[in-house]
Amino acid sequence: MSTTTTNDASSREKAPAGERVADWADGRLGIYSLAKANMRKIFPDHWSFMLGEICLYSFIIIILTGVYLTLFFHPSMNEVEYHGSYVPLQGQLMSEAFNSTMHISFDVRGGLLIRQIHHWAALIFLAGMFVHMMRVFFTGAFRKPREVNWLFGFLLFVLGMFTGFTGYSLPDDLLSGTGVRFMEGAVLSVPIVGTYLSFFLFGGEFPGGDFVARFYSVHILLLPGIMLGLVVGHLILVFYHKHTQFAGPGKTNNNVVGMPLLPVYMAKAGGFFFLVFGVIAAVAAIASINPIWAIGPYRIDQVSTGAQPDWYMGFSEGLIRFMPGWEINLWGHTLVLGVFIPLIIFPLVLVAIAVYPFIESWVTGDKREHHILDRPRNVPTRTAFGAAWISWYFVLLVGGGNDLWATHFHLSINAITWFVRIGFFIVPVLVFVATKRICLGLQRRDKDKVLHGRESGLIKRLPHGEFIEVHEPLGSDALHTLTAHEQYAPLEIGPTVDENGVERKVSGTEKLRAKLSEGMYGEESQIPKPTVEEYKEITSGHGHH
Amino acid sequence: MSSQEIPEENLPSAQDADQPHGSVAVKDDPFADPGLPPHEHRVQDIDERAAKRSERVIAFLFTLSMLATVAFIASFVTIKADQSVYIWPIGHISALNFALGMTLGVALFCIGAGAVHWARTLMSDVEVADDRHAISAEPEVKAKVLADFKQGAKESQFGRRKLIRNTLFGAVAMVPLSGIVLLRDLGPLPEDKLRHTAWKKGKLLVNMNTNEPLRPSDIVVGSLTFAKPEGVEETDEDFQQVMGKAALMLVRIQPENIKDKQELEWAHEGVVAYSKVCTHVGCPISLYEQQTHHVLCPCHQSTFDLSDGARVIFGPAGHALPQLRIGVNGEGYLQALGDFAEPVGPAFWERG
Repeated sequence: MSTTTTNDASSREKAPAGERVADWADGRLGIYSLAKANMRKIFPDHWSFMLGEICLYSFIIIILTGVYLTLFFHPSMNEVEYHGSYVPLQGQLMSEAFNSTMHISFDVRGGLLIRQIHHWAALIFLAGMFVHMMRVFFTGAFRKPREVNWLFGFLLFVLGMFTGFTGYSLPDDLLSGTGVRFMEGAVLSVPIVGTYLSFFLFGGEFPGGDFVARFYSVHILLLPGIMLGLVVGHLILVFYHKHTQFAGPGKTNNNVVGMPLLPVYMAKAGGFFFLVFGVIAAVAAIASINPIWAIGPYRIDQVSTGAQPDWYMGFSEGLIRFMPGWEINLWGHTLVLGVFIPLIIFPLVLVAIAVYPFIESWVTGDKREHHILDRPRNVPTRTAFGAAWISWYFVLLVGGGNDLWATHFHLSINAITWFVRIGFFIVPVLVFVATKRICLGLQRRDKDKVLHGRESGLIKRLPHGEFIEVHEPLGSDALHTLTAHEQYAPLEIGPTVDENGVERKVSGTEKLRAKLSEGMYGEESQIPKPTVEEYKEITSGHGHH
Repeated sequence: MSSQEIPEENLPSAQDADQPHGSVAVKDDPFADPGLPPHEHRVQDIDERAAKRSERVIAFLFTLSMLATVAFIASFVTIKADQSVYIWPIGHISALNFALGMTLGVALFCIGAGAVHWARTLMSDVEVADDRHAISAEPEVKAKVLADFKQGAKESQFGRRKLIRNTLFGAVAMVPLSGIVLLRDLGPLPEDKLRHTAWKKGKLLVNMNTNEPLRPSDIVVGSLTFAKPEGVEETDEDFQQVMGKAALMLVRIQPENIKDKQELEWAHEGVVAYSKVCTHVGCPISLYEQQTHHVLCPCHQSTFDLSDGARVIFGPAGHALPQLRIGVNGEGYLQALGDFAEPVGPAFWERG
């Protein structure tokens, strides 16, 4: 020791504590390699990229508050008499589930707040996933290599719906009990096995004494467990693929332009969690949600008017409400089409949007990776399909709330139901056509801007008396951004007879593919983007056009 | 603020002098990518006093968060659970819930607002480009993996020893059957449980509200009365299951207004008894329009005409409400003359 010089001594001093902890962890977990790839990972900036974050954060909030609620909730349907502090219900018979929810709401300090945060966060989680999914859809962010992540997200949305349904059924109140009864009726309509399924699900005749406990394990363990796995997978893939970005100066399919995770997105995304949580807490402070004390405990022979499920279940409610009551009785059996058809369409509505990415990639046959997002107008058919799907969904939502529409807007409930029956088939078609036309119009405007410049608002009078508006040419940034998108050419089958007169076999699927391709990328479906030649020809004329 | 006090090297021109940015557009192609635009400086990058101001704002937000947490704890301790407070324009709401929610909300929001403000004003906002790499593996990697897999498969002799392979498939395919069999005891078999209710011949009709047996005179024109079979009490363990099938509604219709012949026969002096359970998906029907004798299920708006055999006149229900044949006993009380002739409630496969 004594022979070492001062310089050596300083280098042999212990590393800072943080570094030593990191060294320890690296020796066991390999964190340095992980951090090397991710600590300064670049994320692009756009407001729409926050939508997914809202979902992630509300999911975390739901888990945190949900764990708290399990500390007080009793998932039991044993009948008890209410003796809590809410006077109007004292002496009433109710299940322990309802009783403990009353206890959480009135006797646990802050219990009501956590309950309301939990429920509000669930609504926001589902709404967030819906909007996030639409963002991904309309910008084409689902294209290769992100198809699997699209499916992960879709599964999260569907599982979120069922987690929500099992969750709001747990308090065993009059409203949610009515929803469960509806579910029983739907299960009963399944041909051959429906009655058995219903008896196994409820442990006998409805409502029985089992479903709250069964829904409880599904709601707090089974579904959230799967969802947590999917969320982690979803995020890993987001990191692995790196985020998509919109076209713009300096942004290519081979790079990602933005700011690093440490520190900017650490602060922005981390901070955003607190913003979301804070807003939901404030909403839960002022807006009551699911006031079970006003609804009362579930009684099978009672119901309230204006009964509505949570919003994300509304479209299935619409399906069941507008369907005519068809029943077929044959050979001593009943086929309850009036309920069974809605039960079948319910998943099909969702699947319609889930499979679109695969149909699109089949039609285009495009095997390349896509990291530059589309502007919705540049892909009119996809955008029109998405808009039509949303309109379909909303027609069903209107159908699900037909009684509320009738009472709030003084309309005939029969007229609304008929509107939904017809609109279910007509509205998506109208929306598809209108959206496509709007997209084409916007494409024309973009083309006009590129070729003729921006309308400056300046009116100039020429010596011979003519008035013209001065158009300002766009800068190179804008020119690039507006012309960066690719346009597919429609698929050609080619002649079906070769030069020797021998007929070539073209399969039906191949013809369908060509037809779809023509519909999506044909002359009617996109405006050819301006070419360099067009631009030069027009601009060389010194602004005369 | 005047620019004289800002140190020379902080000015944009000085900062950018050594920063190259590819901004030379290709002459031949006006649509070519001009490259990343030059970084635009924020006021905080140039003026230290602006940066200090941002720092104070951020620190203020974090401090506010701390105060809000203190207020949260104070509210928890001091406000009683049953206290209410008037908040315009919501009205009277729980004081504790409002105080806890708002303080928690402010405490969380301020942390978020501070962090975001920090990121936006003080952290570097220079955009950086990072390269992407193809997701698919290089051909050599793929070849190596395939070779490894072939080697492993060969060493396992999986493909060669078909007996092992087939029995393994059989065993793995069969083992989940145990799991399915285990689900059998989730519930009893339906048998004919959905075909029968608690009604049978001689059972008195008991008013749901008063718990008294009903006389025909209790059922007045224009009112809807709910009834249960005698002997069924709210405190019974199986009350919900029993009432799920037995719930009954009674109305009085002038006999000459009853259009259905069987309905008239099964009624007693114009008092008709129908199942209250909607034949759509089982909601209890509870809305009665006295002029038309229509009843409406509030869940999905199925509408039934009680003066015409309770046939469906609107909505998604598939068949009429079952009628209960009633009469009066020797003491003048309404009684059932048997069970419902058909299953009540939603239709099911075995209903027929």
